[in-house]
Amino acid sequence: MAELNTGDSGGGKGGKVRSKKQNSKVDLTAMVDLAFLLITFFMLTTSLSKPQSMNLGLPDKNDKKDDPKEEIKVDQKRTMTIVLGGDNKIKWFHGLLATPEPGGAPTEATYGKEGIRKEILKRVTSVAAYCAAKSGSKPGDGLIVIIKPTKKATYRNLVDILDEMAICNVPTYAIVNDITPEELKLVTP
Amino acid sequence: MAQIKMSKKAASIDMTAMCDVAFLLLTFFILTATAKVPEPVNVDTPSSTVKTKLPDIGLVTITVGKGKDNVFFDIKGRDIRRKTLELMSDKYKVSFTDQEKDQFALMESFGVPIESLSSIIKMKSAERNKVGLQPGVPFDSINNQLKDWIYTARQANIELGNQKDLDFAIKGDAKLEYPKIKKIMDILQDQDINTFDLVTGLRGKDY
Repeated sequence: MAELNTGDSGGGKGGKVRSKKQNSKVDLTAMVDLAFLLITFFMLTTSLSKPQSMNLGLPDKNDKKDDPKEEIKVDQKRTMTIVLGGDNKIKWFHGLLATPEPGGAPTEATYGKEGIRKEILKRVTSVAAYCAAKSGSKPGDGLIVIIKPTKKATYRNLVDILDEMAICNVPTYAIVNDITPEELKLVTP
Repeated sequence: MAQIKMSKKAASIDMTAMCDVAFLLLTFFILTATAKVPEPVNVDTPSSTVKTKLPDIGLVTITVGKGKDNVFFDIKGRDIRRKTLELMSDKYKVSFTDQEKDQFALMESFGVPIESLSSIIKMKSAERNKVGLQPGVPFDSINNQLKDWIYTARQANIELGNQKDLDFAIKGDAKLEYPKIKKIMDILQDQDINTFDLVTGLRGKDY
């Protein structure tokens, strides 16, 4: 305990008691203040400085032979293409660009809750229902989002869109780097 | 008499227990805290809602700054760092003294061609991390040192007998244009590293 014994032995009885009472306790308030200040500091810095990360798996580059086959087999009703342009612009379409699905013609959207997410969520549920109803589809089949970043897109755009994929629980998505001139035209003003 | 006693009791609370607890917690947080590392390049990472934490050991971080070729390389783990430098010095015929190797093992990320690495090692930590001092690790097609750093780091990891392969993280600035990130991803993918982490900041729930 924080008690200090003073070596004060001289003097009368009354005086001795008085001096003991004065020194019996050290004021710890300032020390506690300091300790809590430091605790707060270390608590905040430890939890905030730990970086977060987003895991990204890309397909193997070497077995490109299988890719085109797979893409042809995929039902166009299940694909949604998102083209990321410069100046935080997005154009998306459902199905093929030339013959889009009903309600899926190339449309401009914004990032975030009110923009692209609504469209993705709508299609996640509708395509899942479509796949369940269709005969011959495997369980787990659902929407396939094809992300096509153009050269003007920023890294933030890419992470934002990948984040949307995680938020919306899109079953399958891929980053595709070959952009057709028609698609490029969508995002160039 | 009784009145005086009462007032004396209430004048100060016994802080000893509180102080004990406070210092216990303080010790805990100091010991668990990892010091924030000063970085030679300011990177404003994009934010995401995904909350995967990065591993503490066996992690290679490639930091990509906003500038032209600002690519910095960092390996976590002293043994791997030392071994990687030894393998790189063999490859590029640039020799380092034992002291330099020890110093390199303690360093953080660097962004210089291997030819001028020893001058960076000699500097003090504060000088070294001045923004704009280090030009970045070259990674163009003629002189792709970044590729070799990645390759030798993996080699060093295997030679040290670690079972787990290294993890790779890309820490890019939010304003970077996509082709530059793509180039880094391509360098990784050329070595069959198809899974890696993108370092992001925290974003609020209601995004």
